[in-house]
Amino acid sequence: MKQAGIYIEMENNRVKDTSLGMITLAARADVFLYALVLDGVDDSTRQNLAEYGINTIVDMPLADDPQIRRNPAVRAGAIADAARELKLDTIFGLSTAEGKDIIPRVAAMMDVPLVMDCLDVNLEKNIARTSQYSGKVMADIQLTGSVIIFGIRPNAVQPVPAPAQAQTITLTLDTTVPANLSLLSWDDGEDGGRISLAEADIIIAGGRGLKNKENFSLIFECAGKMNAAVGASRVAVDEGWVPYACQVGQTGEKVSPQVYIACGISGSIQHFAGMKTAKMIIAVNKDENAAIMAHCDYHVQGDLFEILPELIKQL
Amino acid sequence: MQIYVCVKHVPDSAANIHILGNTQIDEKVAFLLNPYDEHAVTEAAVLKKTVPDSDIIAVCMGKKDAEKTIRSAMAMGADRGLVVETDAVCDSMTTARALHAAIVQDGSPDIIFTGKESIDSEGMQTLFRIGALFDFPVVTNAVSLEIKSGKAVVTCELAGGRTRTFQLALPCVLGAGRGLNTPNYPTFPDVVKARKKPIQTISLDSLGIPPGPGSAKIVALEPLIQKRRPKKILGTPAEQAKEIIRILQQDAKVIS
Repeated sequence: MKQAGIYIEMENNRVKDTSLGMITLAARADVFLYALVLDGVDDSTRQNLAEYGINTIVDMPLADDPQIRRNPAVRAGAIADAARELKLDTIFGLSTAEGKDIIPRVAAMMDVPLVMDCLDVNLEKNIARTSQYSGKVMADIQLTGSVIIFGIRPNAVQPVPAPAQAQTITLTLDTTVPANLSLLSWDDGEDGGRISLAEADIIIAGGRGLKNKENFSLIFECAGKMNAAVGASRVAVDEGWVPYACQVGQTGEKVSPQVYIACGISGSIQHFAGMKTAKMIIAVNKDENAAIMAHCDYHVQGDLFEILPELIKQL
Repeated sequence: MQIYVCVKHVPDSAANIHILGNTQIDEKVAFLLNPYDEHAVTEAAVLKKTVPDSDIIAVCMGKKDAEKTIRSAMAMGADRGLVVETDAVCDSMTTARALHAAIVQDGSPDIIFTGKESIDSEGMQTLFRIGALFDFPVVTNAVSLEIKSGKAVVTCELAGGRTRTFQLALPCVLGAGRGLNTPNYPTFPDVVKARKKPIQTISLDSLGIPPGPGSAKIVALEPLIQKRRPKKILGTPAEQAKEIIRILQQDAKVIS
């Protein structure tokens, strides 16, 4: 039986839903599942992980010192150590912003193959499905090696409860901060960071149609009302209306939310590269002939300066 | 300083991609310098202004045609180029080994820049593997860089406007993100000057790289086709908004 370790991402001391989705994906195969937890395991975490099918919870708490806990090289080292200690043959992690800074480090440290941003994984054949070439192509990539690693796109699989009897073990780690990479400071943004694009259920995104930075407040207000993350097209970030971190597309974030609401976005190939795997696309656009209007699920032709205020009012 | 910039020759993001057989794309499309690598080359050129004796070397692995991407990097500020030539499609474990071996053969890097990812295979890992092979520290999605008393101080962007600032000992590997700078798009004289800069070509075979302990192999490619059938939401703005909310509540079940 395969021995898989799932690197669990937490937020506000809770297991992220996207991490639970990763457990559901891994549990489709005949596999023994370890949850690798670096941020402390309390009772609710234990119950939560067991409810979704973890067999063994590996509690390997890093020191509270942010220099240790937030250092991606330390976190990656801990995962690699656990993989060796537990003799794992497969490692799963999320392709979130944090994951993109941690999972490839684990692969590089262990010198083992990795596919990032997987939309699906066939563990029997060790094949990962991922998009390539600006989302124009789906690629099946087969990994071979004593250990293989998959970085899973958040929301690729919805979590489904599958209760297991989970035991908890503690691993003590040697967590020395590497001398050549130290963390000087960090900024978690306003409100400890807005909802992350990659993990949001709903994204409301604005493009050229918003016309200026001030008007983008309509998108933020609407997002606040529906608990959505804010996205943007390349034009909107290049014009400085919103930070680069909001960009969805080829050279921005690749997202798979339940719903993507595109406001005043024409829908270039490069923008679609970032959002075409959304489950539902709602396009609000003045121009009936905009590319996005032919490639969405709901086509709302109209003036976003009338529709967005109505949405805000009615929500 | 010896500044290496690892660049990739990728299909234009606007190109139509056709699949040949089951595992390859038709390469008769426009190829260009990977967009993130434009930021990497630009940052190397910015750094050279503060350390004037620096040598910027663009390194690219690919088919013979990859030379064009090296020329683009040269027009943006690289002084010379290194092509690791191969017709094979290599995974990132092999690519990192090849780039590492080519750089070691060429000189001794103080900084290695790369883009944070390539827009074709979107692997996001080659820079970390190069770092591990050299035992250099690595950061990705860099949005600002400063060299202070022989160390690199780099701010990296995470999601939701969050950032982390790291101090890296030199030599190091830095993955450029879009916020790092505005690419130094070349003028016509830059392009002409780039034609005269030297490019060395090394064959991948001549590097004698032993196979890695694992591999990632493409076993199937298929076009990702959209099958969406748009439904129109009509009416006044108020009615349209009402219908959107109903869809979010009842169909998508994402709000209550």
